[in-house]
Amino acid sequence: MTRRLTSALTLLLLSGLACAGPAMDASGVKQPTNWHAIIMFLIFVAMTMGITYWASGRTKSTADFYTAGGGITGFQNGLAIAGDYMSAATLLGLTAMTYTSGYDGYIYMLAFFAGWPIILFLMAERLRNLGRFTFADITSYRLDQGKVRTMAAISSLVVVVFYLIAQMVGAGQLIKLLFGLDYNIAIFVVGILMMVYVTLGGMVATTWVQIIKACMLLFGGTLTLLLAYSQFGFSLTTLLEKAEAVHKLGPKLMAPGSLLADPITALSLGLGLMFGTAGLPHILMRFFTVGNAKEARKSVLYASGFVGFFFNVIFLLGLCAIIIVGQNPEFFEGGVVGGKIIGGGNMVAMHLAKAVGGNMLLGFLAAVAFATILAVVSGLALAGASAISHDIYARVIRKGEATEKEEIRVSRYATIGLGLLAIVLGILFEKMNIAFMVGLAFGVAAAANFPVLILSMYWQGLTTRGALWGGYGGVISAVMFVVLSKSVWVDVLGNKAALFPYTQPALFAMPIAFIFAYVFSKSDTGPRSKLEKEAFEDQYVRAQTGFGASGASH
Amino acid sequence: MSSVIYERMRVNPKFQKLVHERGRFAWTLATIVLVLFYGFFMLVAFKPGLLGQPIAEGSMWAIGYTVELCMFVFFWLLTVVYVRRANGEFDDLTAELIKEAQKERL
Repeated sequence: MTRRLTSALTLLLLSGLACAGPAMDASGVKQPTNWHAIIMFLIFVAMTMGITYWASGRTKSTADFYTAGGGITGFQNGLAIAGDYMSAATLLGLTAMTYTSGYDGYIYMLAFFAGWPIILFLMAERLRNLGRFTFADITSYRLDQGKVRTMAAISSLVVVVFYLIAQMVGAGQLIKLLFGLDYNIAIFVVGILMMVYVTLGGMVATTWVQIIKACMLLFGGTLTLLLAYSQFGFSLTTLLEKAEAVHKLGPKLMAPGSLLADPITALSLGLGLMFGTAGLPHILMRFFTVGNAKEARKSVLYASGFVGFFFNVIFLLGLCAIIIVGQNPEFFEGGVVGGKIIGGGNMVAMHLAKAVGGNMLLGFLAAVAFATILAVVSGLALAGASAISHDIYARVIRKGEATEKEEIRVSRYATIGLGLLAIVLGILFEKMNIAFMVGLAFGVAAAANFPVLILSMYWQGLTTRGALWGGYGGVISAVMFVVLSKSVWVDVLGNKAALFPYTQPALFAMPIAFIFAYVFSKSDTGPRSKLEKEAFEDQYVRAQTGFGASGASH
Repeated sequence: MSSVIYERMRVNPKFQKLVHERGRFAWTLATIVLVLFYGFFMLVAFKPGLLGQPIAEGSMWAIGYTVELCMFVFFWLLTVVYVRRANGEFDDLTAELIKEAQKERL
C-alpha cells in the first residue's frame, strides 16, 4: 500500500504539469493501434499547425518570441497556465489515485491548488512589474548581471532538462499505451512537433497550443463526468454508498489513509509543491506574456478557477470509476474483477471514458493526453531556450550588444538543440526509473530559483554575493539530497541503504538556500553591495507601481 | 531620469498608503490561506479519524470532504476578493500616483 502510494505520489509530482509514470511500468504492453485517437490527434495537430503558421507571421521581435509581445489577455493566459498545470498525469494519475485510495487523492489535489492563491497575493504583481522575458531579469535587476544571470540560467536549465526527460519518457510510455505506437516513434513525434511549434511560432504558438489543449481537457473531462455521474442520478450520496460497498477500503474510502502518515515527508512535499511551482521557469515565464499587473492578477484568478474546478471533476471521476470500471470484467486482465487493470492503474480514466462514451470518447481523451504532453514540452523548451539565448547569450556573452535578430536566431538553435537532446535522452532513459528527475526538478526550482527570486523582490539587503551563495547552495544541496535519497542511491545506483532518509528535498534544501543568501549578504560589505542595496529603492517603487515596466508591444 | 520620477513617487504619501494597505491586505489573505491549509494538513497527519466521520448521523458526506470542498471554494473566492480590490481601488491609486509624478516634471 505504502509503495503504491509512493509511486502514485511521484507520478503526481509530475502533474505539476507533467506526465510520466512509474506506475505505468506495470505493463509495457503495446496496445492495438487506436484509430479514433490517432485521427483526433491529427485534427489537433492540423489545427495547431495552422496556428503556428499564423503565429510565425507575428513573431518578429524578441518580445514576440519570448512573451507573445505581452499581448495575451488575462483570460487567455489563465487558460494557458491552467493548461500547464493540468497535465496528462493530473487526469490519469489523480483519477487512478482516487480509484485506489479514495479521499487521499482529494487531499493531494488541495495541495496542488493552494499554491495559486499564494502566488497571486505575494508574487504575481511584482513578477509582472519587474520581469521582461525570464525570471533572471528580476533576480539580476540590481545585482551583477553576468554572475547572477549565469547562476539563474544554470538552475533554470537544470530544472528544464530534468523535467523534459521525465516528460519525454512519460510521453513515450503513455503514447505506446494509448495509441499503440512504438516508443521511439512517439518520442520523435513529440520532439519534432515541439521544435516546429516553438521555433516557428515562439510564445504565441506555444500559448495557443496550451489554450486549445486546456479547453479540450476541460471539455473531455467534464463530459466524461456528466455521462458517468448520470448513472448515479447526480447524487453524491448514491455514488458514495455504492462505492463504499464495493471498494476494498469500505467505509474508510472517504477517510485519510497513509498519504500523510509521515509528517516530515508530507511537509517537505507540500513545501516543494507550493514553492516549486513558484520557481518553475516555464510557469514564471507566463507572467510576462500579459500586458500589465492587472492582467497578471486576472490570469491567476482564471487559472485557479479552472484548476480548482477540474480537480473536483477528477475526484468525482475517480469515485465513479470505482463502480463503473472496478466492477466490469472487460477492463481487467483475464476478465478477473479486482485483478490487474489492463494497461496499468493509470488507464482507469481511459477505461471510464470507454465505458460511458464508447470508442469516440476514449479516442478523444487519448488525443487530449497526447496534446497535453506536447503543450507542456513546448513550454519547457521555450523556457530553456530563453535561458540560453536571452540570459546567457545576449546578456552574459554579448553583454546586451546582440541584435534582436541574432538573439532570436540563437534561441531557435537552442530550441532545436534542446529538442534533439530531449529525443536522445528520452530514448536512452526508456528503461530507467526516471521518477527522481521530477523530484530533482521541483527540488531545484523550490530550493534554488524560488528563494533568490523572492528575496530579490522582498529583501533590500540581498547582494550579488548572497544571491550566488543562496542560488548555488540551493542547486547543489537539492541535487545532493536527491542523489543520496532512496530514489537514486538505492533504486538507480543499486546501493543497499539511502544516505539521506527522505525522498523530498525541499524542507531541507530551502532553508540552506535562504540561510546562505542571508549570511553571505549580511557579511558582504564591499562597495558594490552598498550600491545594490541603494538600487532597491527604485526597484521597489517599480515593483509596486509598474512604472517603467515593459509593456505590451501590440 | 526615471530615477527622479521614482523618487517623487516614493515621497508621495499616496505611495506609502498604497504599499501599506495593499501589503497588509495581501499578507492577511496569504496568512488565512497558509493557516487553513497547514492547519488542515496537521489534522490529516494527527487526527485522520476525525476527518472520516460523517457530518451528521447517517450522512454519506464525510467531514474531511466537506471541509476540503469548502476550502477549494473559499480560497478561490479569496482570489476574487484580492483581484477586485487590487485591480480597482489599488490600481486607481497607482494610476494617480504615476500621473502626479509625471506632471511635476513639467
